[in-house]
Amino acid sequence: MHDFVVVWSERALLLRGLGNTILLSLAATIVAFALGALVAVVLMSSKPYRRLFAGFVDVMRCVPFLLFAYIVYYGLPSLGLNLDNWSAGLAALTIYNTAYMAEILRGAWLAQPVDPIDAGYAFGFTGLGHFRRIVLPPLLLSAAPVVGNQIIQIVKDSAFLTVIALPELTHAASSIQSRHYIPFAAFITAVLLYWTLCLVIEACVGCFGRLAEARR
Amino acid sequence: MNVPTPATGNGHRPVLTVAALSKAFGCQCVLENINLQVHRGETICLLGPSGSGKSTLLRCINWLEKPDSGQVYLNGERIGVTTGGVLMGDRDLSTIRTRIGMVFQHFALWPHLTVLQNVMAAPVYVQRRPKAQARAEAESLLASVGLSDKRDTFPAKLSGGQKQRVGIARALAMRPELLLFDEPTSALDPELVGEVLVVIRKLARDGMTMVVVTHEMDFAREAASRIVFLDRGRVVETARPDSFFVAPATERARQFLQRYESSSTRSTSRGRPQSFA
Repeated sequence: MHDFVVVWSERALLLRGLGNTILLSLAATIVAFALGALVAVVLMSSKPYRRLFAGFVDVMRCVPFLLFAYIVYYGLPSLGLNLDNWSAGLAALTIYNTAYMAEILRGAWLAQPVDPIDAGYAFGFTGLGHFRRIVLPPLLLSAAPVVGNQIIQIVKDSAFLTVIALPELTHAASSIQSRHYIPFAAFITAVLLYWTLCLVIEACVGCFGRLAEARR
Repeated sequence: MNVPTPATGNGHRPVLTVAALSKAFGCQCVLENINLQVHRGETICLLGPSGSGKSTLLRCINWLEKPDSGQVYLNGERIGVTTGGVLMGDRDLSTIRTRIGMVFQHFALWPHLTVLQNVMAAPVYVQRRPKAQARAEAESLLASVGLSDKRDTFPAKLSGGQKQRVGIARALAMRPELLLFDEPTSALDPELVGEVLVVIRKLARDGMTMVVVTHEMDFAREAASRIVFLDRGRVVETARPDSFFVAPATERARQFLQRYESSSTRSTSRGRPQSFA
């Protein structure tokens, strides 16, 4: 029990880590979703560069995130691109999950009935307006559980960024354990905090589920 | 963006002109050299066996399908191709599509929007009309199809007949010059067909210009100004309903009507049986 008292005394460090994890995950989620939606539009189009984006999605889905983070932080400088750990971490998390979001949205899009989408064109909607007003909302409602799942994945992936010394939650827990030699208490506390985050995300997905239910 | 069309000087310019329109999917020819004129206030019923190209013709009119050749004009204005002879971009196509209302076989309502929002969406987001005005108009349209009490309901909670009446109100909300109906009652349970046909008949009486693809022979006989009979992608016969149903000019149309007669005498739910006396 004494160990948890030590963790409590380091709560400022832990909370800062939690704050950074939330910040990273939130930023990555928002940007990855927006970019993923655009990539999904391209994937569903007949544009010639569609294959390029399909290739990007395939590659990202086959690379372990840890390795991808290494490449962005340690590998890109050899190509002359130097990023600090925050930019590298955020870029890695965002780009990686853009691919997943695009694939999730593409799958949900394929499962949508085609008639209301046609009706959108028939009533004069075009381009991004058509996507935003007609295609995306029902897509979001039906894909919400899977997107929620991916957001949880983003939160957990952000823990890998401890390897590039990003002061997020896992990094904080690991400094506490190395400073005081209390691995169990430090890591269990971090796990509980991650779990809390997931509960919040699931609650949000639940709200979407109720919105979808009303329209089903 | 609208290019003003040269005034023709008479009031008899057709609302819709389809000229020499052809369309093939792959090597299968779906429409061949279709010519059609629809004048203001006319109700044209497109009849024909399934697979005869009726729905494709409707979709070619507002360019949901791009015709392979031929022209479509709305009140003298070419659809799909600019006056400069190049294919219309999205913006021009959108502008002209808002002048043509479309009612779909499977309703095609937007599931995430309420009934009222469905009706208001195109006027507000595409035509950029003031929201308060669009809402007032949408409410009065919903009242005219008898659905005022459903305005805040989502489409999924409506019956088929109610959905289709919303579909009609949604099309009317754009104040279209022409209404296209793609088998508006064929996805409905028999007892719900009537409530939708009542609305369409009223539009016909009010002078709306309409092209209706239908399998409802009673409706076509009584509401159509002209019948256009399609078979295998060609217009086989164009006639006034009284002569078409009583004495079709072509063998093909006669066979078609005979099949309907035998099926409608079997089911008594559609009212009086056909007679060809």
